[in-house]
Amino acid sequence: MTAILETRGLDKHFGGLHVTNGVDFSVGDGEVHCLIGPNGAGKSTFFRLLIGEYTPEGGQVLYRGEDITALKPFERVRRGLSVKFQVPGIFPGLTVAHNLEIALQHHLEGASLSSEIRRLLDFLNLKEAAGERAGTLSHGQKQWLEIGMAISLKPRLLLLDEPTAGMSPAETFATGEMVQALNRDGVAILAIEHDMAFVRQIAQRVTVLHVGRIFAQGSTDEIVANEAVAAIYLGETEAPRRKQDA
Amino acid sequence: MRRLLRRLEGPQTLGRGPAFWAAFAIVLALAIAYPSFADGYTVGNTAYFFCWVFMALGLCLIWGYGGALSFGQTAFFGLSGYAYGVLTLNVGAAYGFTIAAVVLAVALAAGFAALLGYFLFFGRIGGVFLGIITLSVTLALERFMAQTAGPDWRIGAARLNGYNGMSGMPPLTVPWFDGDIVLFPDVALYYGLLGLLVVTYLGLRILVNARFGNVLVAIRENPERAEMLGYDVRRYQLGAFVIGSALAGLSGTLYTAWGQYITPSSMGLTAAALPVIWVAVGGRSDVTATLVGTLAVLGGFQALTIYGSQYALVVMGLLLVVVVLAAPEGLVVALMRGIARLTRKAAAR
Repeated sequence: MTAILETRGLDKHFGGLHVTNGVDFSVGDGEVHCLIGPNGAGKSTFFRLLIGEYTPEGGQVLYRGEDITALKPFERVRRGLSVKFQVPGIFPGLTVAHNLEIALQHHLEGASLSSEIRRLLDFLNLKEAAGERAGTLSHGQKQWLEIGMAISLKPRLLLLDEPTAGMSPAETFATGEMVQALNRDGVAILAIEHDMAFVRQIAQRVTVLHVGRIFAQGSTDEIVANEAVAAIYLGETEAPRRKQDA
Repeated sequence: MRRLLRRLEGPQTLGRGPAFWAAFAIVLALAIAYPSFADGYTVGNTAYFFCWVFMALGLCLIWGYGGALSFGQTAFFGLSGYAYGVLTLNVGAAYGFTIAAVVLAVALAAGFAALLGYFLFFGRIGGVFLGIITLSVTLALERFMAQTAGPDWRIGAARLNGYNGMSGMPPLTVPWFDGDIVLFPDVALYYGLLGLLVVTYLGLRILVNARFGNVLVAIRENPERAEMLGYDVRRYQLGAFVIGSALAGLSGTLYTAWGQYITPSSMGLTAAALPVIWVAVGGRSDVTATLVGTLAVLGGFQALTIYGSQYALVVMGLLLVVVVLAAPEGLVVALMRGIARLTRKAAAR
């Protein structure tokens, strides 16, 4: 599978703290890839390096073979990479439909814009809330709205930072179905996630990040069966690291 | 053209439908008829109010729609006013040069805004720091102009005159077939400014309801999300800043042409604070609210100045505090939303 997103030796440190340490990583075109790891593993920093909010001290980020390390976030988005943040990044004072309109106006206008807004509202289960201010939605609905805005750009790759944070099990499952539907349409997805039920539902490949390095990689079943991974989640970090170093 | 006209209404502006436009037409008709039942002084005084509204509308665009509070719009007002003075004192008013001077002076204000805005927005300066820097710029300009009293401070025939300011520049003059039309501050200037105000107001309604306005409010609401939708946030902020500052510059030239003088105090601290109050009191998030609110506050402020002397500014300050606490979205916006709610309730019955 050709890589749609790749990092080579990606490095980031804050003062003396080496948060991302020479990470080599890739997401295949059309793949659903989950990135997991315990708190402090460096997932959020890695995510911000991918979207261009942080500049790495070393290494490269490649999107469809092009080096995008020096590109600004909006330039990466224009190339086909779209993002959903951990805390819902919506426009709270505007209506739900208006939020979607702002995302869609890049490539649509007039009747086709209105029709696409209606289609998305239906897909996101937000039909009834179209005229409400986005800030008044429930947390789960805000997460869906942001996913809707992200996919409005017709991305080739969707980056999701903890898309189910704060969701009920039913909302989490519905979100998983949305992600799978998007993937069936050919969108590659990289999700940073804690919820293993959600990871099991959507992931085709899982990467475990630990202390700024790739710790393990494989299918969901392989990762779940990996005792070293279980150990780092339980806080037994030293033994697995020695094991890996060995 | 039809698409542009459709943009006169939209999610970014209050007021839509036949009822709103009927009210707009009635207000416009009354404004056109106004000079026929008011005396020349009052009409000229209303023209004076109109001069300021452009700056308020510009600040509404930058702050209300774009979310960037510029506390120094008077810098562009003063710069443009002085530019108009220097140009017209040197070249005169023949062949419609005053109109060309307005265009050049506004272009100068826009150019200065583009330069300052580039460093502000591309330097990622926002929030309170934007207000501090823009205020510093206007105060620096005020201080600079205040010390230009000596005879050496002149540009061609135009003496800058320090704290007393420049005076004697010609009023706006429109070349016409059977002789120039001089827009003295009475009926002629009133109609000229009314026309300009209507065009600016409608133009801004179209702008904020178009893609540009959509992105601007998106930046105000959540700049990180706006950037992650592929918008270069800095360019849009800069665009709004330049347009808003050009409107402040337009106010400056019109004010200078109206009174035939301009002083450094027009860029001072008090002058810089007033547009913020006008816009906040009316409702910064809507052009109609800003227009109505600014005219109302200007009228009220002048009445207070006449009848309440030194208390006028104190009352202005109190008004701002009360509005921020009681109706943070602005009095006119609160009123218009209240009317809309009542209308909906009545229709539901």
